[in-house]
Amino acid sequence: MNTVESLKYFIPELILLGGAFAVLTLDFFTKQKKLVGKFSLLVIVVALGLIETPAQPLPLFFGLFHLDAFAHFFRYLALGAVGVTILISLGYSPLEKRYAGEFYGLFLFMAFALILVAAANNLLMIFLAIEFVSLLSYLLVGFLKNDPKSKEAAVKYLLFGSVCSGIMLYGMSLLYGTAGSLELPVIGNALFYAPFKPLAITAVLFFFVGLGFKISMAPFHMWAPDVYEGAPTPVTAFLSVAPKALGFAVFMRVLATAFGHLTDVWSPVLVILSILTMTIGNITAVSQSNIKRFLAYSSIAQAGYILMGLAVFSLLGRDAVLIYLLVYLLTNLGAFTVVLFVEGETQSDSLDAYAGLSQRSPVAAAMLTVFLLSLAGLPPLAGFIGKYYVFAAAIGGKFIMLAIFAAINSVIAAYYYFRIIRLMYLAPATGPAFLSPSKTLTAALWVLFLSVLALGVFPGFFITRILG
Amino acid sequence: MTSHILSWIVFTPLIGAFSVLFVPKSATRWIKWIALAVTGIVTALTCCALTFFQSAQAGFQMVERASWIPQFGVQYLLGVDGISLPMVFLTAIISLIACLASFPHACGKEGREKEYYFLYLLLETGMMGTFLALDLFLFYVFWEVVLVPMYFLIGIWGGPRREYAAIKFFLYTLAGSLFMLLGILAVYFAAVPHTFDMTQLVGMPRGLFFQQIVFMAFFLGFAIKVPIFPFHTWLPDAHVEAPTPISVILAGVLLKMGTYGFFRFSYPLFPEATYWFRPAMAVLAVVGIVYGGFVALAQTDFKKMVAYSSVSHMGFVLLGLAALNANGFRGAMLQMFTHGTITGGLFLLVGVLYDRTHSRDLNGFGGLGAKMPNYAGFLTFFALASLGLPGLSGFISEFLALLGSYQYSKVATGVSTIGIILAATYLLYMIQRVLLGKLNLKWAHLTDIKTQEVLTLVPLMVLILGIGVYPRIILDYMVPTLDGLLKTLEGAIR
Repeated sequence: MNTVESLKYFIPELILLGGAFAVLTLDFFTKQKKLVGKFSLLVIVVALGLIETPAQPLPLFFGLFHLDAFAHFFRYLALGAVGVTILISLGYSPLEKRYAGEFYGLFLFMAFALILVAAANNLLMIFLAIEFVSLLSYLLVGFLKNDPKSKEAAVKYLLFGSVCSGIMLYGMSLLYGTAGSLELPVIGNALFYAPFKPLAITAVLFFFVGLGFKISMAPFHMWAPDVYEGAPTPVTAFLSVAPKALGFAVFMRVLATAFGHLTDVWSPVLVILSILTMTIGNITAVSQSNIKRFLAYSSIAQAGYILMGLAVFSLLGRDAVLIYLLVYLLTNLGAFTVVLFVEGETQSDSLDAYAGLSQRSPVAAAMLTVFLLSLAGLPPLAGFIGKYYVFAAAIGGKFIMLAIFAAINSVIAAYYYFRIIRLMYLAPATGPAFLSPSKTLTAALWVLFLSVLALGVFPGFFITRILG
Repeated sequence: MTSHILSWIVFTPLIGAFSVLFVPKSATRWIKWIALAVTGIVTALTCCALTFFQSAQAGFQMVERASWIPQFGVQYLLGVDGISLPMVFLTAIISLIACLASFPHACGKEGREKEYYFLYLLLETGMMGTFLALDLFLFYVFWEVVLVPMYFLIGIWGGPRREYAAIKFFLYTLAGSLFMLLGILAVYFAAVPHTFDMTQLVGMPRGLFFQQIVFMAFFLGFAIKVPIFPFHTWLPDAHVEAPTPISVILAGVLLKMGTYGFFRFSYPLFPEATYWFRPAMAVLAVVGIVYGGFVALAQTDFKKMVAYSSVSHMGFVLLGLAALNANGFRGAMLQMFTHGTITGGLFLLVGVLYDRTHSRDLNGFGGLGAKMPNYAGFLTFFALASLGLPGLSGFISEFLALLGSYQYSKVATGVSTIGIILAATYLLYMIQRVLLGKLNLKWAHLTDIKTQEVLTLVPLMVLILGIGVYPRIILDYMVPTLDGLLKTLEGAIR
């Protein structure tokens, strides 16, 4: 499809791009930075409203932007994540001292970049889009540039990310050399012929490095705790869900389109990496004393569970990845929203700040409990549906060992999630009651809380919407 | 007539739980009365269900069916038969009694009544759902719903080591149930067409090896809950640290969820594996009976003694299950019910004494029989029921279980009777140390049992005495279903 024809399917993305520039301009003329934030929220809502379901896969811009049902789902996911992040950033006080307007502008660019990632079906686009997301992430992580931790996190993230991208780029060059094309489907066809198999295996492993970094898969997860701890909390919330989700999107597309017939080679590797990721994440999380690091390790472990769906790679496995990503996104954003609230009240990210939270702020404690229980995968919450899906995929695909390891890991995970719950309900309060959260935080909390509950109680409704 | 009565039984407590949330924190009397009213309504509904139930029929009755998650064929499927109905009745009555018993106890933590009764009612929904669900997925959901409120109820209102006991209970049970989930999924994928519906799954052919593996997965889930011998270590901690009403629920209802699981799921789904694992089950039963008895004998803590006696008594349920004949099954089923009433009563009595003395040290008491004559009467009644005095319900159920197991293995039966002697020993020894002898002057001021406490005990005594004298009042409900189950098992083995 040529450029002019494509544009009419590209309106939400154009709105995002236009909105981003408008926000940067608006930032010049107003001192009311909250207004800028609200405007960017409006942009997201408008873009969400204009999204149309593609009837069939649309190869926009000569196939560089491949808009299919898969990309469509991730469009919603990306916009939802950015929208919630902007909503919870509105009252974030450290931001007020520094270019708040630009912060929101960067997030609109981020939304645009994430959609590009979801729709990339071509090595060039994949690389550019991922780099676009990465650059924005580095900027956002280091946004509080007077905070040494924030700076350190940004540099670490940048160095680690560049190396991983470089390795992935090398893998891409091998693929291009083999197939003579950047299109994933063409590459997939070329790799079908036996002589290219060793090359294909090398390339797929290089892809694991680059994308494994994005989704914080072990052993490429080392950046996550430091970056999560140092970044401004709304950015941490965002990083823990959106780039990860889109990383999985690319991962799935690459594996399905280019390496679809090499399943027997990469599937065992992914099984091992999945077990490794969840085990490392869970065991390390047990001894954390900072809530952001704690959630960082927990999210590494969650990535391990999601990888189960990729490793199995049956139809059910791929569905499992999509469902789990949505569930995880809602739950983790919810948990971070409470973290943001507690941080605002106590100026502390230490776990001790949560002692007696049930008395200091009963609503926040109850909600965090629900989010943690959902992360632990207990019914009838959204997290259980995700867990159920990956377990079902593993058992259905006869990956029994994987399922057993995941079950053991879930018990370890329950232990440390209950550490927080124990602190909130069983430990005595260490200070006076909190003020009630700001309106925007309350709104975000209730939206996420109700979706976590609704997804757990009426999963059928949501699954139909997502998987068709 | 019978429309949706089971749903009302399951969800009335949930409605109650949420209405408690809307009562202001300070109106503790309202909260308590709402909780009591709700548990009372549930009991009334259960009695209605009892009258609607056609006890002569095997098979599920009052079935409610609706599609829940069409993508996996998960249904909202409830139903009762002779196995679940007594359990539902037990749950209703124990919940009502424990709610009444909670009135003084929940005051221990000022201003947290609201949380307590919210969690308590949530727990009742979970327990009822567990006994009524006929869809494996739904069953699993309810099974897990029980865990979280229980964690909080032990963890917040428990004794000094409550946090440890609560998390230990939680993690043990969760570990077991996750393996059960894997087993459920295996059953689902092996079924053609894929389904979680128990009414369809029973009777589908499955390979022996598959049955053995999945039986083990289910076994882990159920055995930890019962608890069967090597998995029992969470029990003394949880029972001792939990507040009295919650100990009553733990012993009275939660332990039965495990043995109920064998009756409802493991046996009918994996009949050949059942026969294959029969010797192992019998051995574990005997070990549990004897080991639990000896450990109970060695206790100086009153509550711990009752907790270990549970391990011993639940062993008889397992023994009856392993017998795989009519008498064994009836004994096991009846023992589940009677153990709930008897041990529930004993925990209440421990609580009565603990409230007054803040001590559970058996050697520290003495001569209370003269000081608290009414209390002494109640305690003696429940102790005699527990040790299996003819005329009380404990005798009937243990006798039936032993009768059944005699047909299967004389050795196992012989060794198991040691458990009965041990029960007599530790219970009479307890009575001697608490009620007889010289009065410890420290307890000279003790007051006798109060009306409210008597109210919690009388219904249990009526049931114990009624079943002891005329067991058919409850056996008639169970027998057709149990015979049907036996027929299924024997049919599969031939």
